Amino acid sequence: MLSHYTYFADISCLESLKWGKAPFTICGSMCGIISVIDRSGEPMNGSAIKNALSLMNERGNGEGAGYAVYGAYPDYADYYALHLFYDNLVEPKAIVEQELEKWGTIEVSEMIPTSEQPRLRREHIPWRYFYKPYPKSMGTAATEEDILIHIMNKINTEIPGALLFSTGKNIGIFKASGWPEDVAEFYRIQDYEGYQWLAHNRYPTNTSGWWGGAHPFNLLDWTVVHNGEITSYGTNRRYLESFGYKCTMYTDTEVVAYLTDLLARRHALPLELALKALAPPFWDEIDNMPENERQLNTTIRMAYGSALMNGPFAIVVANSEGIAGITDRIKLRPLVAAEAGERLYISSEEAAIRVMEQDLEHIWMPRAGEPVIGRVR
Amino acid sequence: MPIGSTPPKYRVRIDNDRCMLCEQCIENCPYGTFRKEGNKILVNSRACTGCHRCIAMCPRDAIDLEEKPVDYRSHPIWTREAREAIYNQARTGKIILAGMGNILEVPPIFDRLLLDACQVTNPSIDPLREPMELRTYIGKKPSKVEVATKPNGDIELLTHLAPNLKCETPIMIGHMSYGAISLNAQLSLARGAAAQGTFMGTGEGGLHKHLYPYQDHMIVQVASGRFGVDIDYLERGAAIEIKIGQGAKPGIGGHLPGEKVDESVSGTRMIPVSSDAISPAPHHDIYSIEDLAQLVRGLKEATEWKKPVFVKIAAVHNVAAIASGIARSSADAVVIDGFRGGTGAAPRVFRDHVGIPIEAAVAAVDEKLRHHGVRNEVSVIASGGIRDSADVTKTIALGADAVYIGTAALISLGCRVCGSCYRGLCPWGIATQRPDLVARLDPDIMWENVSNLINGWTLEIAELMGAAGINSIESLRGNRDRLRAYMLDENLMEVLDVKTVGAGA
Ligand code: SF4
Ligand code: SF4
Repeated sequence: MLSHYTYFADISCLESLKWGKAPFTICGSMCGIISVIDRSGEPMNGSAIKNALSLMNERGNGEGAGYAVYGAYPDYADYYALHLFYDNLVEPKAIVEQELEKWGTIEVSEMIPTSEQPRLRREHIPWRYFYKPYPKSMGTAATEEDILIHIMNKINTEIPGALLFSTGKNIGIFKASGWPEDVAEFYRIQDYEGYQWLAHNRYPTNTSGWWGGAHPFNLLDWTVVHNGEITSYGTNRRYLESFGYKCTMYTDTEVVAYLTDLLARRHALPLELALKALAPPFWDEIDNMPENERQLNTTIRMAYGSALMNGPFAIVVANSEGIAGITDRIKLRPLVAAEAGERLYISSEEAAIRVMEQDLEHIWMPRAGEPVIGRVR
Repeated sequence: MPIGSTPPKYRVRIDNDRCMLCEQCIENCPYGTFRKEGNKILVNSRACTGCHRCIAMCPRDAIDLEEKPVDYRSHPIWTREAREAIYNQARTGKIILAGMGNILEVPPIFDRLLLDACQVTNPSIDPLREPMELRTYIGKKPSKVEVATKPNGDIELLTHLAPNLKCETPIMIGHMSYGAISLNAQLSLARGAAAQGTFMGTGEGGLHKHLYPYQDHMIVQVASGRFGVDIDYLERGAAIEIKIGQGAKPGIGGHLPGEKVDESVSGTRMIPVSSDAISPAPHHDIYSIEDLAQLVRGLKEATEWKKPVFVKIAAVHNVAAIASGIARSSADAVVIDGFRGGTGAAPRVFRDHVGIPIEAAVAAVDEKLRHHGVRNEVSVIASGGIRDSADVTKTIALGADAVYIGTAALISLGCRVCGSCYRGLCPWGIATQRPDLVARLDPDIMWENVSNLINGWTLEIAELMGAAGINSIESLRGNRDRLRAYMLDENLMEVLDVKTVGAGA
C-alpha cells in the first residue's frame, strides 16, 4: 500500500458515516572547482592550478573559466585592486573614474596585460586600478568597505559598458569566456604568484557565456567559486536586499559572497558558524545535540533561516585569512579535500588535486554540510 | 407582501422508487424540509439551505437537489443576488448578514500563479528518501546572532531567543470562537492540530475548560469585546493574539447572534445568556499604533514575557504600512487576513467588497518589512481563502511564514459551505449550539479528519518543495523566483514581484 497516497474519488461509503465514523477515502551544472592554500603563506605561481583546472575540462563547456589569487599585488597591498571589464575605453571609463575620484584616489590605472588566444573571443577590455577610498567621504559611519560596495553597486547597475568584478586588497580575479587553459594563457596566469588560489571551470546554464558570469566571484576580501545551483536564490536575494546588498551579477553565486560577508564580517560570526548558517544541520540532528550546542544551532537556524542555501552546491569561499569548502546539506555536488605539508587542497575531483601534487598525505571526502577550513598561520 | 415571494434557491426531490422511508432525512434536517405523510416523504424546498446533510445520510441516494431551479431573466449587472438583496432590504430596511466567505466572481490570484520544479541542472529531492523540513518557528527572531569565543576555543552564545511557537508544519488553524462554532468542533480542531504539532486559535470567545488539555497548542485571542479575557486565560494559551480586524469584515467588530449564546457559551465568554455578542469595531483602548504597542507590551508584561503576542489585521489597502508599524512594536507576528476569509456572520457588503486578496497583501507586507529591515525579525501569518496545499506553498513563496486555515478545517469536519452559519442550526454540528446538533459531531472521531487534512497537505507541500529542489521551508519563504504569473497583468506582477510564465531564471 502506498502509505502517503490516496485516490481522488467520490466519497460514497455510507456505512462509516452512518455510524458516526469519519468518512474515509479509498486507500487505495556541472562545473569544476579547485582551490589551494599554502598555510605558511609561501607564494605559488599559477601554472599548477591552470593544469589542474584544464584536467577537469569535462566539467566545463568552454564558456567560462577563471582564477583568483590572493597575494597577487604585494607592491600595492594597501590599495584596493579593482578589476573591471570595459566595453570601450571612451564613455564608461570616464564615468567610472569620475565616480572613483568622488570617493577616493586612483593610484594606478592600467590595462590588465593579456595575450590574444585563437580560441578566445575578446568581448571586453580588462582594466585595473589600485585605489584608495577617502575614509569619511561618505559620512562618519561609512567604512572603506561601505564605500567600495557603493561604488560596485553604482558601476554595475548604473554605468553601461562597465563591470566591476574584483574589489579586494592584494587580490586579483581573472576570468573570461573560454576554456581554462585559454583563459589562463590570455591573462598569463603563470606570471602571478600568491599564497592562495581558487579556480573555476564553467558549464553555464543560467547565464550563458557572459564574462561577468564566469567565476570566481569576488566582493572585497571575499571570493567564491561554486558548482551547482542555489534553489533558495530568491529567498537569499530578498534577505540580502533588506541589508542593502544589490544582486546585480545575474548569478546565484554572488549571494554566497554577500551572505558570507554579512554573517562573517558585518555580524562578526566565526567563519565556522557563518558557514553553518548557510548549510545547517537538520532539525532532527539539532534536537539531539547536547544542550549548549543545541541552543547555539537552534539560534543560528532561527535567526538565519533566510540565509540557508538550498539546492545542490559545492563551494569554496575564501578571504585573505584562508579558504573554506562546503557542500549543501545532502551533498548533491562532489567535494574532496587533501593535504600535503602546508598545503590544503579542495576540489571537485581528486584527479585535479593530483595534477598539482603527487605526494598527498591525507585525502578525504568531507561530509555534507561539514566545512573544510584552511587558514594562513 | 406586495413583492411576493422570490424563486426558491433549491429544489429537493425524493425518488419514491428508491426511498425506503427510513426517515433519516427528516431526523437530520434541522430546517424542517422533510415530513412524512402516509407512505411518502414530502418536501418543502424553501426550507433547504443546501447543506447536504440529508443527501449524505440517505442510505438509498434517493434525494435530488437542484440549485436555482427557477432563475430570473438573465442579466449581467442585475444578478440574482443584487435583485434579491434589494427585495430583502425593501422588506426589512436592515443590513443584510451573510455567512462564509466572499462570493465575488473574480478568479483567485492563486490560480494564476504556477510553481516550479527541477529538471537536469539541479536534482529534485525525494521526500520519501531524503529529509524534508517543514518545521516553522513563529515569533521574534534576533536580527543577528552574537557569540563570544572563549580562550579554550568554545563558542558562547550571547543572543537569547524570544519565545517562539514551534510548528511542525506551516499550517495552523485560525481563530473560530466558541459560540460561533460548537465546543465539539473546537475540540476536534484542537486535538487535530495538537496531533500534527501545530496550533489553533480560540477566537474571541474565551477558552472552555474542556480545551485545557490542548492549551499548549492554542493561541488565545484578545478582541475588541474582550470576551473571556482574564489572566488565567492569557496564561493558558501558547501565544496571545490581538485581533484588530478580520478579512471577511474589515473595520467592524464581531457578530454573534444571541440564539447561539447558551449557558456554556455565556460562561466561557463572560456575557449574559442569549445576549447578542457584538464586539465593537475598534478596541476602545487602541486609537493609534502607539496604543497598540502599549497593549502588546501590557499583555507581555502580564504574562512575564513568556508568550509570543500576535496582531491580526484585515488585508486593507494600506496593509503593508500598518503591518510594518505592528512589526516595529514588540509584536512577535503579524497575521494578515485576506478578503476571502470566512466568517459565521458578516454584513454582505463587507464580506464581498472590503479589503484586498491575501496574495497581494502578503507580497506587499513582505516587501515593506524587508524595506524596513525587520522582515526577518517578525513572523507573517497569512489567511483568508486558502484551499489546498498549493495555496499554502504559494503563500509561503510570496513571503509568509505560515498560514491559518479556517473554512478548510471546517470542511474537513463535514461543513458544506452552505453559508447559513448565522442561523445557528448547522446540521453538521459545527456552527450551532443546539445540543442534539452538536452531538452529531463526535470530537473523539472527528479530530482525525482535521489531523489527516493537515497531514495530507503537509506531505503535499513536502513533495512540492522536493520537486523544486528545496529541503527546508526557510528556503521557500519569500522565494518568488520559484513562482510564475499566468495571465496576470503587469501591475499585479510588479506587486507580487513575480515574473511571467515563459520567463527564465
Ligand atoms: S433519508 Fe432517503 S431513504 Fe430515508 S426517508 Fe429520506 S429520502 Fe427516503
Ligand atoms: S459550518 Fe455548518 S452552517 Fe456553516 S457553512 Fe458549514 S455546514 Fe453550513
